[in-house]
Amino acid sequence: MTTPAAHRPLIGARRMHLGDTTFRISLFAAGALVIIVLFSILAIMFAGGKLAFDTFGLGFITGTEWNPVTQIYGALPAITGTLMTAILALLIAWPIGFGIAFFLTETCPVKLRGPLGVAVELLAAIPSIVYGMWGFFVLAPFMAEYVQPWLTSTFIWIPPIPDTFYWFTAPPIGVGLITASLILAIMILPFIAATTRDVLLSTPQLLKDGAYAMGATRWEALTGVVIPAVRGSLFGAVFLGLGRALGETMAVVFVIGNAIRMPDSLMAPSATIASVVANSFPEAEPGTLDLAVLLALGFILFVVSFGVLAIARLLLRQERMS
Amino acid sequence: MLNLFARRISGAIGLVAALLALAAGQAAAQDITGAGATFPAPIYSSWGEDYAKAGGARLNYQALGSGAGVTQIINRTVDFGASDSPVATERLQKEQLLQFPAVIGAVVVVVNVPGVDGTKIRLTGDLLGEIYVGRVRLWNDAKIVALNPHLKMPGIPISPAYRADSSGTTSIFTKYLASVSPIFKERTGAGNSVAWRTGLGAPGNAGVAAAVKNIKGGIGYVEFAYAAENGMQALQLSNGSGKFVSPSVSGFMDAAAHADWANAKDMAASMLNMPGDTSWPIVSATYILVPRNPKDPARTVRVLKYIDWSFRNGAATADRLHYIMLPPEVQDVVRQQWATLTDRGTPLWPAK
Repeated sequence: MTTPAAHRPLIGARRMHLGDTTFRISLFAAGALVIIVLFSILAIMFAGGKLAFDTFGLGFITGTEWNPVTQIYGALPAITGTLMTAILALLIAWPIGFGIAFFLTETCPVKLRGPLGVAVELLAAIPSIVYGMWGFFVLAPFMAEYVQPWLTSTFIWIPPIPDTFYWFTAPPIGVGLITASLILAIMILPFIAATTRDVLLSTPQLLKDGAYAMGATRWEALTGVVIPAVRGSLFGAVFLGLGRALGETMAVVFVIGNAIRMPDSLMAPSATIASVVANSFPEAEPGTLDLAVLLALGFILFVVSFGVLAIARLLLRQERMS
Repeated sequence: MLNLFARRISGAIGLVAALLALAAGQAAAQDITGAGATFPAPIYSSWGEDYAKAGGARLNYQALGSGAGVTQIINRTVDFGASDSPVATERLQKEQLLQFPAVIGAVVVVVNVPGVDGTKIRLTGDLLGEIYVGRVRLWNDAKIVALNPHLKMPGIPISPAYRADSSGTTSIFTKYLASVSPIFKERTGAGNSVAWRTGLGAPGNAGVAAAVKNIKGGIGYVEFAYAAENGMQALQLSNGSGKFVSPSVSGFMDAAAHADWANAKDMAASMLNMPGDTSWPIVSATYILVPRNPKDPARTVRVLKYIDWSFRNGAATADRLHYIMLPPEVQDVVRQQWATLTDRGTPLWPAK
């Protein structure tokens, strides 16, 4: 990064050079700090949770009983709840987010573009505790009264897995996996919409013009040209949303139903890793197994989220390289 | 430039110094520090305010939860710790702590059964246990109907609600169920948080109350104070004499009067499922912990004085906040325990 002599400022060249070095070192320090913080968190989580891994071994991840009374802890219910809510949320938010993004970039009247874009971004600005309270006091009763009975009667034909999973057949209690997934979907929608919009905007105009010149309709241009061109980035956008859904805490605590059991239907109350930690942490005393299992849960969540983000990066990078 | 910079720095230092002085001043004014259970926090704070107004020391109580309260008093970072469940004798001895009850609370069971007056519903503890393990699933279950021939019970599912957070209220409720329902004892057990076999968890008293309100067929347990202030329908339970009773302050006092305070280890007398005409079955004291070997005995004496003042003058406040005072004879037993605290051979109580 040497500057050609002709371009150097005439006064204070030496000082600028010194400033340049200082600047670069501080930038490096800022970058290094992130790495240090990241790995120390990971290390501390693992060290704190080691007692749990030592006590239960692999059973900590595969065990289905979470019992503070008998001190037997298996994280599978929480892991299941985390993955199920995140994936369901994604399935709900993805098509809508994609629709919003495509509408904003392609068919939206220019006048509406600004306000609609801001409205979507505002969804991201609502604090999660507000989502939680709204979900608990407004959405959950609505789900119990109207949506869940409708789901039960509509999907009664899906054959249940006896004694294991009954899909949409459960008492309508409002809170549970479906309601939590809905709240999460609303929360990740702005991320998916914004990232997808940026990806769509990055499609070379030339490609789109070419498609339209060939007489393609908007739909044909979208499915035949735009999507193939940015496929990887689109998946990246989705995985960023997934990463957020996995770790969301306060909103989920209110609407998940906080039952650390294997769910027996899509409407059953459940728990996520984040909700279990949030509920149990205040009373977990230092040095006990109770605290160790929570830190171990945190470690698992960290690893899962990290994996999801890594996949997202990989997909986004593939796109850029091709 | 430099001048401005220097001025800013000195300004910042001045501000920090002022803040430190302020903080130091506050610490000096707060004469008693306590931490622990959230359940008694409103009454401890109210008593503290009244006590300070009456010329006593000032109280700074942090409602961090029972577990944190025990940890903090063990580490001696506060003058007293507060816990909803009594601490085991061995631990008290190991950590050199004196435990005594301060005030009594009750847990009631609230319901939302459409078309039925919840206050008329009768359940036994055993049946409540079966509901909370998922054995009895419908409101028109034969066992419920047999106890409530005067009511028309609908055939809707029972949705039990519980505290999602770790809570002293859960501890009292599960201890009660484990003591009266063999199946609950076997399948769930008692503790601040337990492995519930059915139902849903909601955060805090407010969460459980709202869940019961929202869900048709809901049932949940909340602190009496919470149910009373929010006008919720609390059902009747059978007590130790087999009588069905509605929760009432006189019923809580009746339960406290029936408890065996004289023989209770570390004053942790059980008030669960007491006999009596009006005794409510789910009543429990909340406890205070002070060091037996205080570094600064004067601070412990301040705690005792505050509690003693509250015992003598706090009844109106307790009534207003829906807590129950310890019966006078139990207060005397507590004071006798204080007399066992000594500083180099001199008892700390009665305080001069």
